[in-house]
Amino acid sequence: MMTDTPLVSVRDLRIGAVTDSGRKIEIIRGVDFDIVPGEILALIGESGSGKTTIALSLMGHTRRGCSIEGGTIRVGKHDVTGMTEKQRARLRGTEVSYVPQSAAAAFNPSKRIMDQVVETTRIHDLMPRARAEAHARDLFRALALPAPDTIGDRYPHQVSGGQLQRLSAAMALIASPELVIFDEPTTALDVTTQIEVLRAFRRVMQESGMAGVYVSHDLAVVAQIADRIIVLKGGETQEQGTTEQIVNDPQHPYTKELLAAFDPVPHVPLAGRDDSADTPVLEVRDLCAGYGAIKNGEPAAKVLDNIECRLMRGRNLGVIGESGSGKSTLARAVAGILPAYRGSVLFDGHTLAPDLAQRSKEELRRAQIVFQLADTALNPAHSIANIIARPLRFYKGLGGAACEREVIKLLDMVHLPAALRHRLPSELSGGQKQRVNLARALAADPELILCDEITSALDTVVAAAILDLLKELQSELGLSYMFISHDLSTVEAICDDVLVMYKGKVVEAMPAARMSEDATHPYSRLLISSVPQLDTGWLAGLEQDPELLAAFSER
Amino acid sequence: MTTTPRTKSKFRLPTPHNMGYAFNWTGRIGLALILFWAVVAMFGRWFTPYPVGARVDWDYFGGISAEYWMGTDYLGRDIFSRVLMGARYTVGIALAAVTLACTIGVVLGMIAAVIGGWFDTLLSRFLDAFNGIPSLLFGLVVVAAVGSSIPVLVLTLAAIYMPGAYRFARALAVNINTMDFVTVARARGEATPYLIRREILPNILGPVLADLGLRFVFIVLVLSGLSFLGLGVQPPNADWGALVRENIEGLSLGAPAVIFPSIAIASLTISVNMFIDNLPTKIRDRAE
Repeated sequence: MMTDTPLVSVRDLRIGAVTDSGRKIEIIRGVDFDIVPGEILALIGESGSGKTTIALSLMGHTRRGCSIEGGTIRVGKHDVTGMTEKQRARLRGTEVSYVPQSAAAAFNPSKRIMDQVVETTRIHDLMPRARAEAHARDLFRALALPAPDTIGDRYPHQVSGGQLQRLSAAMALIASPELVIFDEPTTALDVTTQIEVLRAFRRVMQESGMAGVYVSHDLAVVAQIADRIIVLKGGETQEQGTTEQIVNDPQHPYTKELLAAFDPVPHVPLAGRDDSADTPVLEVRDLCAGYGAIKNGEPAAKVLDNIECRLMRGRNLGVIGESGSGKSTLARAVAGILPAYRGSVLFDGHTLAPDLAQRSKEELRRAQIVFQLADTALNPAHSIANIIARPLRFYKGLGGAACEREVIKLLDMVHLPAALRHRLPSELSGGQKQRVNLARALAADPELILCDEITSALDTVVAAAILDLLKELQSELGLSYMFISHDLSTVEAICDDVLVMYKGKVVEAMPAARMSEDATHPYSRLLISSVPQLDTGWLAGLEQDPELLAAFSER
Repeated sequence: MTTTPRTKSKFRLPTPHNMGYAFNWTGRIGLALILFWAVVAMFGRWFTPYPVGARVDWDYFGGISAEYWMGTDYLGRDIFSRVLMGARYTVGIALAAVTLACTIGVVLGMIAAVIGGWFDTLLSRFLDAFNGIPSLLFGLVVVAAVGSSIPVLVLTLAAIYMPGAYRFARALAVNINTMDFVTVARARGEATPYLIRREILPNILGPVLADLGLRFVFIVLVLSGLSFLGLGVQPPNADWGALVRENIEGLSLGAPAVIFPSIAIASLTISVNMFIDNLPTKIRDRAE
């Protein structure tokens, strides 16, 4: 670690914003930090903590409606806060560059990758095209991309998500900036892909000696790549220290809370149930489903392939797998949204029709589905009361005061104040929306709830609270959950049994508590070993069979 | 249900004081002008100083005077009375036609989006084919065949503008239809009418209203066009378009007979657009 004059120094940074209603608020309140050359600083915090706002301000950029109100930002010899917009434009790309969260959205789908990677050198007129392309190919090699000489000729949709994320890093590094800002670059990736990307980032940053700012909400990921960590909350620094110190010896109560949320609380199954005597609440036999036009009774794109599973009453079944493994399709097929073309779904011993249009109201009532994104799962035009009251009216014919009483009871059940019922979904926080989402499912008085990635879009602390709520509701109402997630620790925290899915097949089923020890299938082992651990040496010490990796991940 | 404004939300009308539905002065001026013309259209006939068809002055293209507030036309008829009566036809026919066109178009569009499949394909292709007929030509043929009367004019204009409203609403509804809240409602077992009315309509209302405003203006223009060709409202009555046409020679004389009907058309169409463009943000931007 070099200790000479810092490359970046930020003093008393204050950023203000104007809300939709025209009120002025301060979103960053006096943040100070330095970055020495070659150092990677992580900004960590929940959504709304201001981590991305701070990172963007290093380029002199603020999002629409925000403005830098006070303090100084110095990058190299430039005083970013005092520059004109034109001078800042010259700074961006050459001295400070940016790797966005979603590479898929950052690339123009109609242009070849190489044209986009070398664009910075063209805009700033840094080097001739041929030299820029040669430099880009070196970067592709350094980032461990396959076929580094030809990958630039492809279009963005012709490479995988993990590759695209590394290509967007190449785009940021092409002009050899002094500072690179990584804005949650691995959040949208699968765990096995994430490792590869993290490794590539780490290596290229070490070799080039550039300084970096790594924005993330995931402490375990940050622990692998950062030298120092700043913990943010509500636009204020909570704690600042070396990665070792933050991970092993946190001082601030908020940091401790973040670390505590990371530790999975082992799931204790509901007592007093005898599995063997009951019929399972959900049984899936030889289920096959897919999308597209149906020919000869089979759809064009088959997704699920002979799925078998059972879920006992009062138990929870976890379904894990990476994106594209068919886990959400399984939930849709069970709910009848996507009719299965073969196989059967048995609910409490009775076979359900594959298509929900043929299922009775009572059958539909007993199994409810809750979606990942509460933003899109709640109709923005209806008040919370209307949203929750609809299942009550629809299934039970409740109305008037009885209905309102029930709505208040349901809101109380998900720990929301009754006054919230007059609001619109857009006026709630992410965690509150997800609670409303759950309350709507509970309003139907179901026996089974299909939870499709319901905690994935939430912050760690909020997600942990939702999991606690699910457990509490289960013990009160005797519910059963089918819990779909890509996050193994979440599944471990709530499920009794786990299905590991890969490419539409169940590769392994096992008890959740003994997941890490019992897994025998190579894919399950790979998946489990890819989950980042809260240990600074985890990535460096991680050894995965390269052949296994190649076999199970098409990157 | 409680009685706070937010929870009683069948069809939310854009009243400024209905929490969060305030809108700016440009919109208010637009709304005021629309309401003014609506009042004129409804009650104008009791306030006409002279009968519409009566020659009141032997001087043609007379100027503004205390007796004839907007001058007289090419036959010496009182323009003020004719503009008041013309409001009935222009505002009434255009409003009836646009309401009909948008209601049918939007409802069909939403049904097509929700049901999808064959129904959607057939209806869309049929209306596309219908859209291929030039609107003025279609109007000419129908009016020539059936004869000109107010119901025929309303239905013809509605038929001309319905496919566009259908296309527009269907495109918006298809996007809403893929949202999770619609999937949840389907999984709950809701029927199509509920999906259309409660889940989709509130979320496309803003753009649909903006589209309605545009269509209203087009209808006023086509109605003027038909009247110009002598196929619109029949004499001695006249809509504003016809008033402009029959007094067009007066333009060189600077006659108020041609200027006032033109101002009336302009003020109506501009105020409708001023109002629609400045609808409360809550309605306008809801789908975004």
